[in-house]
Amino acid sequence: MTSATSAANILVSNLELVPGRRVKAHLGVVQGSTVRAKHAGKDILAGLKNIVGGELKAYTELMQEAREEATQRMVAQAASIGANAVLNLRYSTTSITPGAAEILAYGTAVVLE
Amino acid sequence: MDLILEYFDFLLFLVLLALGYFVGRMNEQRHYLSIRRRERQLANVLAFAARFPPDPHTPRECVLVTGSVVVSSDYFKQFVTGLRTLIGGRMRAYESLLDRARREAMLRMKADASRHGCRLIFNVKVESTNVGGGMRGGTAAMEVLAYGTALKSLPDRSEAPRAA
Repeated sequence: MTSATSAANILVSNLELVPGRRVKAHLGVVQGSTVRAKHAGKDILAGLKNIVGGELKAYTELMQEAREEATQRMVAQAASIGANAVLNLRYSTTSITPGAAEILAYGTAVVLE
Repeated sequence: MDLILEYFDFLLFLVLLALGYFVGRMNEQRHYLSIRRRERQLANVLAFAARFPPDPHTPRECVLVTGSVVVSSDYFKQFVTGLRTLIGGRMRAYESLLDRARREAMLRMKADASRHGCRLIFNVKVESTNVGGGMRGGTAAMEVLAYGTALKSLPDRSEAPRAA
């Protein structure tokens, strides 16, 4: 009934409301996920880092990229059903096998006034 | 020479243990110093676990902000906690590791909010996942993620600078 909104102007928030704006319609849950594995070379470096401890920057970046991708997929799904916002967003991370993790982003697609 | 070769494994273990203890401790102290400094810098960004902002009917711009970090324990900590699992009880070595990671993630989230010009973060969620275990196993690494919704402060309050 409405033209699909472009993914760029979808508001994403983990609140259950947007201050001062009314929710016109709920469109159900949307989700996006990605499974990422660690690079073997980076894993060896991380193994060395593991002797002295501290932040594993390569992994931090890897997880961030994965989370961005999961969010993008969720937003694309929201856009395709004509939502203009995703509320009550949650992230969840699970390690599937040693060295690989799934990142899931989900939330409620809504149409805001 | 033969003696060194004979006990190579044991010597390597001792070297790694010492390296883990001294360098790991230095890293931890440095990290805590940097955490405390940045916590003071970002003290004006407030984070709440409350689900709703206090005045939900006032229109405000909101931005999703996140902060995350992956930390690994050092060789010494792994050894000590390995012993600890035999008798059970409090694992201080990992407590401080996770404390650092959590505070770092919160700081990065606050820095993200600050970049967007926001000083209030609501509905803050913190989650931690074990991302360790490489090909050789045993790589204890934890990811901590903090996220929330940052709101622009209302113009009538707070925007007046209080201190330089």
